[in-house]
Amino acid sequence: MLDRVTKTYGKVATPALDRISLHVEPKEFVIVVGQSGAGKSTLLKLLTREERPTTGKIIVGGIDYDKLRDRDIPLLRRKIGVVFQDFKLLPNRTVFENVAFALEIVGATNHEIKATVPKVLDIVNLRGKEKRMPLELSGGERQRVAIARAIVRQPKILIADEPTGNLDPKHAWDVIKVLEKINHYGTTVLLTTHNQDIVNRLKRRVVTIEHGQIASDRDRAQYKA
Amino acid sequence: MSRRLVTFSRIIKAGLVNFVRNAWLAVAAMAVMIITLTIVLFSIITNATFTNTIVQITDKIDVSVFLKDSTDQTQGTKLANDLRTLPNVKSVTYLTKADALVHYKQQNAGNPALISAINETDNPLPATIQIKPKELNKIQDIRDYLSKNNVKPLWDDVSYRDDRKAAIDKIAHATNLMRRAGIVAVLVFAAISVIIIFNTIQMAIFNRRDELTIMRLLGASTSYIRGPFVVESVVYGIISALISVLIIHSLFVASSSALQASSLGLLDINYAAQYFKGHFLALLTMQLVLGILIGAVSSTVATRRYLKFKTK
Repeated sequence: MLDRVTKTYGKVATPALDRISLHVEPKEFVIVVGQSGAGKSTLLKLLTREERPTTGKIIVGGIDYDKLRDRDIPLLRRKIGVVFQDFKLLPNRTVFENVAFALEIVGATNHEIKATVPKVLDIVNLRGKEKRMPLELSGGERQRVAIARAIVRQPKILIADEPTGNLDPKHAWDVIKVLEKINHYGTTVLLTTHNQDIVNRLKRRVVTIEHGQIASDRDRAQYKA
Repeated sequence: MSRRLVTFSRIIKAGLVNFVRNAWLAVAAMAVMIITLTIVLFSIITNATFTNTIVQITDKIDVSVFLKDSTDQTQGTKLANDLRTLPNVKSVTYLTKADALVHYKQQNAGNPALISAINETDNPLPATIQIKPKELNKIQDIRDYLSKNNVKPLWDDVSYRDDRKAAIDKIAHATNLMRRAGIVAVLVFAAISVIIIFNTIQMAIFNRRDELTIMRLLGASTSYIRGPFVVESVVYGIISALISVLIIHSLFVASSSALQASSLGLLDINYAAQYFKGHFLALLTMQLVLGILIGAVSSTVATRRYLKFKTK
């Protein structure tokens, strides 16, 4: 997936990511941990093409980022579901509309939207809250709306950037359970967190990033077995 | 295909919603656009009217060559034919002495004293060749031709109705001036309206930047994000075009009922109103196209910088 990728910001001497190589299998569940500023977010931004690598190669789902033209970026992003720490929901739209928004963008018909959105809201256990506004929901619920929006287009890969960062442990765990469920259905999940409790309970492959480099890549063999 | 249609209708809908939300911001943008388009329309109508006035007056101008009685009809006809070959001659009418008399009687039919006076004489009227020039400014070449040695002995006198030339020159001058002033005014106001719409759209973008960022991250295409803004400013253009046509229309209504005047200085209002009516559809279409163009161009430029992928 990533091959010796380096990302340097400005003229700072130390790169945010220093020759990182990482391969993730389809349908894998990978947790990326590391201190704030270690380079986790940069890694994810490279995958969603919010940032370009200074050097190195990125290939996701067969798409070589070097060959990606600007106008194809939207197509790439449609194949990747992203969940953000700060949810990034539209405050003046209902839960249903927020999820439907992702489908509207790709030109789904109203019929398709009506058929798909409730199913996805089922998966994230938000049935019955379609008409609520995001501000009326708890943080955990909001994050689950965001997850619903990320998976409604059935992406092969779901990237979750500290989805539990703003949540209390109980809600955080709700969100993680939803992510596991999605992974169980066959979606590759890339989760970043610095919550040690979640890492311990999940028992999945854990990639640790320190100072822009991969410090450890645990449990891989165990997970594969 | 239907997906495209769905997307297209969503873009239109979003644009209209934006328009309503931005209504107050839109007022400024539309006001300038209305002024621009009204000036355009006004310039076109006055230009057409002046051109028409010039044509009409030019038509009344002729050069009359009064032939000597010694010139016989063959010579007269030959001269008329020769004159027809000159480049600046539109038409030539040859009146024999008898024709001239009939013509004179017709012209003065309402004046029995003159008729009876002329009946008592032995037709004092000379045979006449009336020449209508194509262009007044080049009347000199007709003059030159008539002064040639082989032609000069044939005629007595030539009347140029030069008095009208001054009036025509005045109108032509005014038309030129109007045209230039119109073009400058249109350009200046078009530039101003582009800038103002540009700012309006940038403001709208700024107000909704969070939403746009989210759209971007969810993989919305550039046209899907830009579309509503373009639709919004195209709506400005359409409304402004309609209002500008309405303004000109009500000007005509007001002037025809209140002033009861057929002309305002050099401007023939009757003709202008008639021109406006006669070309209404064409003018309306032109205004709409212009308004839409101004709106579309300025909003496309305004969104362009913002929508670039800033990946470096």
